[in-house]
Amino acid sequence: MTEYFGIIAMFGIALAIGIPLGKYIAKVYSGEKNFMDFISPIEKLIFRLCGINPDKEMDWKQHMVALLTINMIWFLYAMFMLMTQKYHFWNPDNNPSMSPELAFNTSISFMTNTNWQNYSGEGSASYLTQIAVLTFLQFVSAATGMAALVVIFNAFRDKVTDKLGNFYNYFVKSITRILLPISFFIAIIFLFNGMPQTFKGKDTIKTLHGDIVKVSRGPVASMVAIKHLGTNGGGFFGANSAHPFENPNYLTNMTEMIAQWIIPIAMVFAFGYYIKRKKLSRIIFGVMTLGFLLLVIPTIYYEMQRSPIITKMGINQLSGNMEGKEVRFGTIASAFWSIVTTVISTGSVNSMHDSFTPIGGMMQLLAMMVNAFYGGCGVGMLNYFIFLIITVFIAGLMVGRTPEFLGRKIEAKEMKIAVMVTLLASVVVKGGTAIAVFLYNSNPVSHAVWLTNPSYHGFSEMLYAFTSEFANNGSSFAGLNGNTRFWNFAGGLAMILGRYLPIIGPIAIAGSLAGKKVIPESAGTLRTDTLTFGIVTFAVIFITTALLFFPALCLGPLAEHFSLN
Amino acid sequence: MKRNRKKISLFDRRFMKEGFIQSFIKLNPKIMLKNPVMFTVEAGTLVMLIVSVITILNKNSGQGSFAYNFAITLILFITVLFANFAEALAEARGKAQAESLRKARHETPANLLLNNGKIKIVNSSELKKGDIFIVSAGEYIPTDGEIIEGLASIDESAITGESAPVIREAGGDKSGVTGGTKVLSDKIKVVVTIQQGESFLDKMIALVEGANRQKTPNEIALTILLAGFTMLFIIVCVTLEPFANYSKTPITVAALISLFVCLIPTTIGGLLSAIGIAGMDRALRANVITKSGKAVETAGDVDVLLLDKTGTITIGNRKATNFFPVNGTDGSYFINACAWSSFSDDTPEGKSIIELAKTKTNINSSHVAGAKFIKFSAETRSSGVDIPDGTRIRKGAFEAIRKIVENAGNEFSEEVSFKVLEITENGGTPLVVAENGKVLGIIELQDIIKPGITERFDRLRKMGVKTVMVTGDNKLTAKYIAYKAGVDDFIAEAKPEDKLNYIRSEQTKGKLVSMMGDGTNDAPALAQADVGVAMNSGTQAAKEAGNMVDLDNDPTKLIEIVEIGKQLLITRGTLTTFSIANDVAKYFAIVPALFINSIPALQALNIMHLASPQSAILSAVIFNAIIIPLLIPLALKGVKYRPIGASALLRRNLLIYGFGGIAAPFIGIKLIDMLIGLF
Repeated sequence: MTEYFGIIAMFGIALAIGIPLGKYIAKVYSGEKNFMDFISPIEKLIFRLCGINPDKEMDWKQHMVALLTINMIWFLYAMFMLMTQKYHFWNPDNNPSMSPELAFNTSISFMTNTNWQNYSGEGSASYLTQIAVLTFLQFVSAATGMAALVVIFNAFRDKVTDKLGNFYNYFVKSITRILLPISFFIAIIFLFNGMPQTFKGKDTIKTLHGDIVKVSRGPVASMVAIKHLGTNGGGFFGANSAHPFENPNYLTNMTEMIAQWIIPIAMVFAFGYYIKRKKLSRIIFGVMTLGFLLLVIPTIYYEMQRSPIITKMGINQLSGNMEGKEVRFGTIASAFWSIVTTVISTGSVNSMHDSFTPIGGMMQLLAMMVNAFYGGCGVGMLNYFIFLIITVFIAGLMVGRTPEFLGRKIEAKEMKIAVMVTLLASVVVKGGTAIAVFLYNSNPVSHAVWLTNPSYHGFSEMLYAFTSEFANNGSSFAGLNGNTRFWNFAGGLAMILGRYLPIIGPIAIAGSLAGKKVIPESAGTLRTDTLTFGIVTFAVIFITTALLFFPALCLGPLAEHFSLN
Repeated sequence: MKRNRKKISLFDRRFMKEGFIQSFIKLNPKIMLKNPVMFTVEAGTLVMLIVSVITILNKNSGQGSFAYNFAITLILFITVLFANFAEALAEARGKAQAESLRKARHETPANLLLNNGKIKIVNSSELKKGDIFIVSAGEYIPTDGEIIEGLASIDESAITGESAPVIREAGGDKSGVTGGTKVLSDKIKVVVTIQQGESFLDKMIALVEGANRQKTPNEIALTILLAGFTMLFIIVCVTLEPFANYSKTPITVAALISLFVCLIPTTIGGLLSAIGIAGMDRALRANVITKSGKAVETAGDVDVLLLDKTGTITIGNRKATNFFPVNGTDGSYFINACAWSSFSDDTPEGKSIIELAKTKTNINSSHVAGAKFIKFSAETRSSGVDIPDGTRIRKGAFEAIRKIVENAGNEFSEEVSFKVLEITENGGTPLVVAENGKVLGIIELQDIIKPGITERFDRLRKMGVKTVMVTGDNKLTAKYIAYKAGVDDFIAEAKPEDKLNYIRSEQTKGKLVSMMGDGTNDAPALAQADVGVAMNSGTQAAKEAGNMVDLDNDPTKLIEIVEIGKQLLITRGTLTTFSIANDVAKYFAIVPALFINSIPALQALNIMHLASPQSAILSAVIFNAIIIPLLIPLALKGVKYRPIGASALLRRNLLIYGFGGIAAPFIGIKLIDMLIGLF
């Protein structure tokens, strides 16, 4: 019972922080007075140093040029740093430089907010790159997603315009006023709970057996804070938040869980405050929560069942399927976390998703396939926006008017973009998996190194990899060995496509809608802030996702599930 | 209104035959390419045909028996035919409707007026734009034109179905004549205003015929969505092949193509163009000629309707409703005076005064024997009678009579001014009657609001359409009638440019405006309006400016047009929803069937308990095929529009077509599977 209370408390606290945070975020972006105004001299200094005029408004294309340019620069910077880290200071464990392949994959992974890791931090990264590359990218990639979403906010103010605010302004303020202060606060909580924050190298301890064991440590707390707050998910250690230094106890577990949830929730409410349509926000939040519950409840249910295979071994399974889960968190909190981290594109893990029951694994997959129930920092709402446009179109026709969203007509151009973004998800995830499977089929012996579990589960592992990378989630079914040429490059490509096209698409739509006449509401207008419309949106999300992935899921998790019993 | 329009049954034999032939002609891939969804089905049929042949040649191809493969091929082929048939049927019906109009304009001789003043008899098809011809009583008008000289009564029943003749004359707003109509009296000189083959009717016929049909904006957007779904399912099916290989589950081509065809939205894909054509056809049936399909679609989006008061909201003319004697005039004498002054007044108002007077008292007609009747003139703005005994009676507008009274050196009493104001405030029009420069009393004229119009406005309000009354009346009268009829706004003392300005100001607020007009004065406003409906009796300029022409000249037609537009969109939306919702059940039929042989555990997903994988696949494709003809009636008739507010409408349609769309195929596929089991 306490376990259930724990997860309800996490949800409650996340909501209790998320809603006021949303109000605050709306204030930050609209430039209203807020209590962080004392930081504006620093922001002004940054703008002056960079030669940016934060009041100069951009159209959507200029926004995208700005976004892509700075992302490109970070990518080159990260590649350079990772490939040369052997020579840097702050490398007490003398970790080697990354290979170009691995550096490519890692740079893209952190730049795109994915944090897919084909390496383990303790052996493959220096403290300098952990801080100046990985933690740095965790801040800026989160801020990029948030700034991109503000472009959409601006498109639906009550005026016709192509001026949608200044990208750099939103980007810098996302960091100085939202991400940095909250991260700082979270890191303090972690420090008090024993999370390391040091530049010293490996420590040596003598175990009870009398063995000498070297234990990795480093500047962990600072990274783990933004890792969750910015929905990044890339761990300091290979074992991620299952590692005792990265997630020492139930309290830090709660903190990390809540930290990754608050900004996605806040952005939904910020939208409502910003464009003064709070009811719309509540409906969107309701749809997302409904989706989340429908994923998390079966997961917890099936994880609480006993695995028939382990039962046959004569092992007691009173607390459910504990394989791959940490005793200090328990089955329920781990199952709950696994869905939170997959609906939101964090991808940090406190248990091994590979070891979940087939249905649990399928729910994680579905969460990432939708990727719009809360979703990542800023980008979750962007993904939701695409579903919204398709729903508005179908529902709008059904009430006998040219479909319109917040008074703007949805026409061929917007449909084209929305369809292309949806299509792309399918091409990358299913196409990528198909190529991997095809390669594996054509020569199972030479590709045997990829999979630790062949059979249905091996298929799920490959499907999971592409799904997670395209969703910019970064969690993995750990059975897949990703540090091979194919997975490094294919994964890198999937992450890039999965990051930028779902940003550019919705913003292009918003840019086009912003320039359209605003049609005043009448009795004949389809309102998007009603319960009915919320249900239709949910149905559209559910049916499109199910239609796209049902056959694949049949061959993976479902085949495994039905074969188990 | 009497219309001699015949109701054509949905599956009339003539159309069935025409549709049947056309559905084969439309198999031409070039034509099919216009419809990406059905094109892929045709391609799939071809692949299946090849596979079927292979199964004859090679018994061990692993693709199943020839009979099974051929059955699938046949069903896919029929699916394409059904879709073609739907389109062809809609076209045939539209064409028949247009033909019946076109029949009216068979070749007729025309009296062409040559430059030298002589008349040459030519064929109507030889007339060019700008030519002038003459038509006399008993002759047919050879082509569309505008009267430049004369006045005639014309029988337009061939086009409108309205049997009462109408008056058309040069100069006014009723100068347009249509080819095929018959002149009943008098003689008119008409200038040809259209090029042969470019009349509205010609354009309309082209719109319902496939060849020139342009897709409308909403239809394009929907086609993109459907093409997107089709591509998504191509990816689903193509990637399924390696996935299945990994699980050592060979999938037959038949199964893969069946899965694909069942998943892509063939239902809406097959019916989409039929829905569009049927929408135009419905407009045509309402005797409205549209210049583009887009106009019909836009009509569904209209936010503001501009309606002329006279003829739309009120029955044509004002009627006398009351006599108010003032200054102590004897009531009976006053009524007599009113009647005398109206004896020569041919206007409907004048007639109504006499009518009302007769019901109130005995009129002493002999009193005005030998009197001189003064007709109404724009200068004096009054009419009346000069009786031989020297009495001069005048009736007219308040201002006009005041002038007469004041010129006579008399005072205009408070009582009169007060009464005039009172009548005006109640929406009436006061006519003041004076005798020898002294006011006798006031006649009250009232507009009669059309029965049932208030309910129609109520219906429009629920649709979210704002109604605006346009009238030349003063503000007080306009306000009163607007209130009584239940319109949302009004433009009083309207000049032609007021309409234009009002439309512009609404449009800058983002609203779509529709109006109806007939005069040349209306042309700029008709052009400015998003949906401008010109009356067929109107001037050529008005007809050119609008994007629809109403053959019935019925001002309330706008309301019907809005509903036709909405119905068109709703039909598309609901059938799309239905089509996509169908996929859920089809998945549960086909996907287990694909894998059961190698992964028996997936039998658990066969929730319909279909007999065998092959019968499951067959049932799904058969259901997928027959649902198209089953929905043809709905596509052609259109889903009924109900003005119950957007949210309620969405709920309703969602329940029927969304949930119905999920449930129907579960039942249908199971039934077909049971039927197949009988063989």
